Amino acid sequence: MLDVVYCFILIEGQLVTEIPKSSSGHHKDAAEQTPSRLERRFPDFSYITQNGRLTDFLDCVIISHFHLDHCGALPYFSEMVGYDGPIYMTHPTKAICPILLEDYRKITVDKKGETNFFTSQMIKDCMKKVVAVHLHQTVQVDEELEIKAYYAGHVLGAAMFQIKVGCESVVYTGDYNMTPDRHLGAAWIDKCRPDLLITESTYATTIRDSKRCRERDFLKKVHETVERGGKVLIPVFALGRAQELCILLETFWERMNLKAPIYFSTGLTEKANHYYKLFITWTNQKIRKTFVQRNMFEFKHIKAFDRAFADNPGPMVVFATPGMLHAGQSLQIFRKWAGNEKNMVIMPGYCVQGTVGHKILSGQRKLEMEGRQILEVKMQVEYMSFSAHADAKGIMQLIRQAEPRNVLLVHGEAKKMEFLKQKIEQEFHVNCYMPANGETTTIFTNPSIPVDISLGLLKRETAIDAKKPKLMHGTLIMKDNSFRLVSPEQALKELGLAEHQLRFTCRVHIQDPRKEHETVLRVYNHLKGVLKDYSVQHLPDGSITVESILIQATAHLEDQGTKVLLVSWTYQDEELGSYLTSLLKKGLPQSTS
Amino acid sequence: MKLYCLSGHPTLPCNVLKFKSTTIMLDCGLDMTSTLNFLPLPLVQSPRLSKLPGLVLKDGSTFLDKELKECSGHVFVDSVPEFCLPETELLDLSTVDVILISNYHCMMALPYITEYTGFTGTVYATEPTVQIGRLLMEELVNSIERVPKAQSASMWKNKEVQRLLPAPLKDAVEVSMWRKCYTMPEVNAALSKIQLVGYSQKIELFGAVQVTPLSSGYALGSSNWIIQSHYEKVSYVSGSSLLTTHPQPMDQASLKNSDVLILTGLTQIPTANPDGMVGEFCSNLAMTVRNGGNVLVPCYPSGVIYDLLECLYQYIDSAGLSNVPFYFISPVANSSLEFSQIFAEWLCHNKQTKVYLPEPPFPHAELIQTNKLKHYPSIHGDFSNDFKQPCVIFTGHPSLRFGDVVHFMELWGKSSLNTVIFTEPDFSYLDALAPYQPLAMKCVYCPIDTRLNFIQVSKLLKEVQPLHVVCPEQYTQPPPSQSHRTDLMIDCQPPPMSYRRAEVLTLPYKRRYEKIEIMPELADSLVPLEIKPGISLATVSAMLHTKDNKHVLQLPPKPPQPPTSKKRKRVSDDVPECKPLKPLLSGSIPVDQFVQTLEKHGFSDVKVEDTAKGHIVLLQEAETLIQIEEDSTHIICDNDEPLRVKLRDLVLKFLQKF
Repeated sequence: MLDVVYCFILIEGQLVTEIPKSSSGHHKDAAEQTPSRLERRFPDFSYITQNGRLTDFLDCVIISHFHLDHCGALPYFSEMVGYDGPIYMTHPTKAICPILLEDYRKITVDKKGETNFFTSQMIKDCMKKVVAVHLHQTVQVDEELEIKAYYAGHVLGAAMFQIKVGCESVVYTGDYNMTPDRHLGAAWIDKCRPDLLITESTYATTIRDSKRCRERDFLKKVHETVERGGKVLIPVFALGRAQELCILLETFWERMNLKAPIYFSTGLTEKANHYYKLFITWTNQKIRKTFVQRNMFEFKHIKAFDRAFADNPGPMVVFATPGMLHAGQSLQIFRKWAGNEKNMVIMPGYCVQGTVGHKILSGQRKLEMEGRQILEVKMQVEYMSFSAHADAKGIMQLIRQAEPRNVLLVHGEAKKMEFLKQKIEQEFHVNCYMPANGETTTIFTNPSIPVDISLGLLKRETAIDAKKPKLMHGTLIMKDNSFRLVSPEQALKELGLAEHQLRFTCRVHIQDPRKEHETVLRVYNHLKGVLKDYSVQHLPDGSITVESILIQATAHLEDQGTKVLLVSWTYQDEELGSYLTSLLKKGLPQSTS
Repeated sequence: MKLYCLSGHPTLPCNVLKFKSTTIMLDCGLDMTSTLNFLPLPLVQSPRLSKLPGLVLKDGSTFLDKELKECSGHVFVDSVPEFCLPETELLDLSTVDVILISNYHCMMALPYITEYTGFTGTVYATEPTVQIGRLLMEELVNSIERVPKAQSASMWKNKEVQRLLPAPLKDAVEVSMWRKCYTMPEVNAALSKIQLVGYSQKIELFGAVQVTPLSSGYALGSSNWIIQSHYEKVSYVSGSSLLTTHPQPMDQASLKNSDVLILTGLTQIPTANPDGMVGEFCSNLAMTVRNGGNVLVPCYPSGVIYDLLECLYQYIDSAGLSNVPFYFISPVANSSLEFSQIFAEWLCHNKQTKVYLPEPPFPHAELIQTNKLKHYPSIHGDFSNDFKQPCVIFTGHPSLRFGDVVHFMELWGKSSLNTVIFTEPDFSYLDALAPYQPLAMKCVYCPIDTRLNFIQVSKLLKEVQPLHVVCPEQYTQPPPSQSHRTDLMIDCQPPPMSYRRAEVLTLPYKRRYEKIEIMPELADSLVPLEIKPGISLATVSAMLHTKDNKHVLQLPPKPPQPPTSKKRKRVSDDVPECKPLKPLLSGSIPVDQFVQTLEKHGFSDVKVEDTAKGHIVLLQEAETLIQIEEDSTHIICDNDEPLRVKLRDLVLKFLQKF
C-alpha cells in the first residue's frame, strides 16, 4: 500500500483500488486537519479487505513523505484497524513522521477533545513496524516483490518508489518537485520504464513563473512592509517551506544589512531545523557542499518567537504555524494584526476550503470568528505559491525521464487533470488514466518471458556478428517452473532420444560429353559462380560439397553423353538441397573456360 | 574469469577482476609503509634531524651521504616521502571499466590510477566513503606540501646501489615504482569520477554484470561488493567488522551462495582484542595526565578516533580528567567532526535512534560544546594561543613521518613524563619511532583493529558457504613472527586459492546458461508438446536480437512476398538468403504403416525388401527407393521434385520435430 491517506493497493502489479482521504474529491498539499474534513478523518480501509486481516492481504505499506495527508492515518491503520507487516519510509521521514503524528494527536485530542483517536503509545508501536530505506537501495520485501526509493525533492526525506515484481513495475511518485529550491534538490529518476507511473498532479495546468521571480517578489513585499514599519505574518507549516523561506530571508537580511527582527514561532520549528542539520545529505548540492563552513540551518537573524512579542511596536517578520490560519499561533497573531493596513500576511501555500486562510485569499475582508465576533481585515493579503509540487512542465519531464508505458494521475483536480491527461497522451502516446474515488483501474501488461538459454546455443548464434539480428533455432524445455532454451541436439540428448536422420539423394541428368572429371569441374565452377555466399569445395576424391551437401558425378550406364549427378543432403539442408537440384536441372552454362 | 593482483598488501588491496566482458578494479589501496624508510618532515627546522650523519658504506664510500642519513643504527632516506603504488604494468589499466571502492582507507591510490593510466571509466563508492576519503587525501597532500623539501633522492634507488645498502632499504621492493604524493587538483579530478551509491543498490554494468555494495560494518559507508550475473556470483569482502562500533552492522546474509569469495582486509593484529585495547588506551592516558605528562595519539582524522572520543566522553569525568584539554589537530579536523554527524543512515541502530530525537549521533558534539575538545587546522594560529599542558593531542600522521605529529614527537620526546599511544594498526610502531631514537617518552602500543579475525572468518565462511575462497597468501600461513599459531590463518574447505603481488589467477567457474527474454508475441506462437510427464517441449525459431549485452527473441519477420513482376531474374536472385533452419527429427518409422500410407496416397507398386538393419521400400515405376532404418531414412529418387516433396512429407508424419 502506498501512503495511508492517499491509499492505493497493488496486487501483482495491478492497481486495484484507490481510496481518497475524504469524500470531497482529490486533495492538495500538506495540511493539518480542518473542520470540514473531520467527519471522515481516516480512509475507509474496509475497501482493502472486508473480511480478513490487513496483514494477510497487504505485502507492505510505503510512505512517501511525512506530510500528514500521506501518513496521518498510519497509527490508526496499523494499531486500530490492525496491520503488522512492514512499513517502508526513508530515514528522515521515519525521524519526523512520529513528531508530526504526535502534534496532530495533541491538537485533535487535547485541544478539540476528540475521542476514538490513536494514542501516543500507538504512534510508538506503529513506528516500531517501520523499516527505514536508503535512496536507491533495492529492498527485497519478499521473494518476488522489491522496492526502490528515488529522491523526490518536495520535503526533507520525500521519496518516489519503484515497485517491482519480475519484470513488471510501477512507480509511485508521492509528491515531488522537479526544480531545485533553496534547500532541496530536484526529483530524479532513471529511465526505469515502468509499466505504470502513478503521479501526483497538484499543479496539472500551472506552469509557474520562474522561481527567482517569485522569490524577488516575496522579498520585495516583505522589505517594503518592514520599511514602512509594518509587521509581516507568514503562516507556514513547521517543516519544509518554512526552512526555504527562512534561508531566503536570512541571506536577504544579511545582504541588505536589515535590522528588523525575524521570529520563528516556537515548538516544532527549532527542532525542525535540527533535523535539517542532521539530514543535510538530503538537501541540495550547495547546502551540502558548504555545510562545514556554514550550516545554512543555523540562522543568525531568526530568533525564537515569544507570544508577548506580537504586541511589540515597530516592524517584524513572524513565521507561525499552522499554515492555513485555522487554529493556533498563526491565527492568534493574525487576529492581533489584521486591523492595521500597514501589516501584511503572506500565504505561501494552498489553503483548504473553510479555513481563514482560504477565506481571506478569496477576498473576504469581514470574518466571523468564534463567539459571533466580526474581524475586519485591513492588513494586506498576499498569496505566493511556494509549495513544492511539480508543475505541468515538471510532470512531463518526469514522464520523459522514466518512460512509463501507462500513466495514472492522482492528487489533483479533475478538470485540470483532464487537460494534462490529453497532453500526456498526445506527447508520449501512452495510456493515461485518472480514476475517480473508489474506481478501479485495470491495466494490462504484456511482459516478456525470461528463460535460460544454454551458452552453447547462444554463442553459436552470436559468434559471427553479435550486433546483427539473426534467425535462431532451439528447443524450449519446460519442466516444473523452469524454462530452458537449448539446442535441439542437447534437448534430444537430455531426453534420452536418438536423432532420426532423413536424407535425400537425387539423380540429376545432364548432357555433357566430356570426361567425368571435366564435368565435375564445370559443375564446380558454375556453383562457385552462383553461390557466392556459400562454401563450395572441390574435394580430392572428385566430389563437390556445397556446405554439407554432397554432389558426385557418374557416367550414365547407357548414354556416354549424359552424366548423372547424385545430389545428397539431409533434411536440415532441405532448402539448399532442393534449390541445388533445380539449379543443376537447368543445365550448365555453355561458356566454360 | 581472471583476477589480476596488483597489490601485495592484504589490507590495502588492489585487484582487477575480468568477468563476462567487464574489467572491474576492486579497491586501489596505497601502501604507505614505504614512508617508514624516510626521515620525518618537521614543520620547523629540527636541529636534531639536520645534524644526523650521512651514510658511510662498508667500503668507506660516502657518495650517498646527502641522500641517506643514519639515526640510532637505522638508515633513512632524506627526501620527500614516497609511496608504493599498485602494479601498473600487469595489465593495461586504461581498459578498466569501473573501480569499486570498499572503504575510505582503500581508495588512497585512486588519483594515481585515474589520472595517470588513461582510465576513462566510472568509480563507485558510497557517500561517506567519498567525503571521508577526500578528507584523508586532503590531509595527506596538505601535510606533505606545506613542508617543501628541496631534495628528492633517487641515487639510492639504482639497483646496483641498493644492493649495497643495509636492511631494510636493501630489501625494499619495486623502489623504482615509488611515487611522490599527488596534488589537490589530481585528487579533485579523481574524485569527480566517482558516482555515489547506496547499500543494496543494484548497479548494472553494460547489461552484463550487476554490482551491489553491502554494509561491511567496518567504517562509515564501508562496503563489501557483490558482483554477479544471472548465474554467477562473486563476493568481494574487504575490511569488514562484526564488532558493534559506530557503523551500520555488516550484511552477512547477502554474501550467501557465492561461487567465489575474495577475502581481503582482515585484522592486522589478530592477537589483540579491540575492547581490551581501548581500556588500556584510557588507563594509560589517565595515568600519564595525572602524573603531569602529555599524551600524543597519532591517528587518522576519521574512523577509530570517533570511538576513542566517545569512550573518553564517558571516561573523563569518572577518571577526574574533566579539566584536561583535548586537542584534535588536522587540516580536516573540523570537517571530519562535522561530517561524522550527518551520516545518520550509515550508522548503527543506537546512533540512528539519537538522530531521530533529534540529537547529534556522536557525543563529541557535546565535548566541543563544553570546550573539552578543541580542534585546530594546524599548530599555527589559534592553537599556539590556547595550548595548555598537560594535555591530550590527537593528530596525524600515524606513520610519524609527516603532519603535526612530527612536531610533538620532537617537542615531547625528551621527557619520560609524556606518552605516545599508538592506536592505528597500519604501521609497526617500532619502525615508526626509529628516527626519533633515543627517546625518553613512554611508548604504549594499543592497536585497535576492528576488522575480522580468523575465528570470525571461519564462522563467516561456514555460514555463507562460498564454493571457492580467494585470499592474499599472507592469510594461508601463520604470521612469520608466530609460526606456531596455526589458528592465525584461514581454514576452510576446499583450501583457499592464494595470490601475491603481480600474480594472475584464473578463477574456477563454469558458465552454462545466460538469460534471454522471449517477447510476448513469440511466446503466444509457441506450441508446447508434453514429451514425458511434467516435461514439455516447444521448438523455437525466432530472431535473436542482442543489444547492450541483453538478448531478446522476437517473432521472425514474415517471409517477403515473392515479387510478382515478370522481369527475368538472374539465377542468383533465387539463392536462399539465410541458412535454412529445419528442426532435428526423432522417432522411427514403422514400415507396415508407412507402406499403407503410401498406398493410400496412390503408390500401387510398393515393394518391401528386408535388409540387415531395416527395410528398403521400392517404388518401381518411379525408380525410387526408400531405405528405412531405426535411426535414419534415405530417399533416393530421380530429380522429380513434386514426388520427393510428397514422400518427404509422408515420412515426416511419423517423426517428432525438435
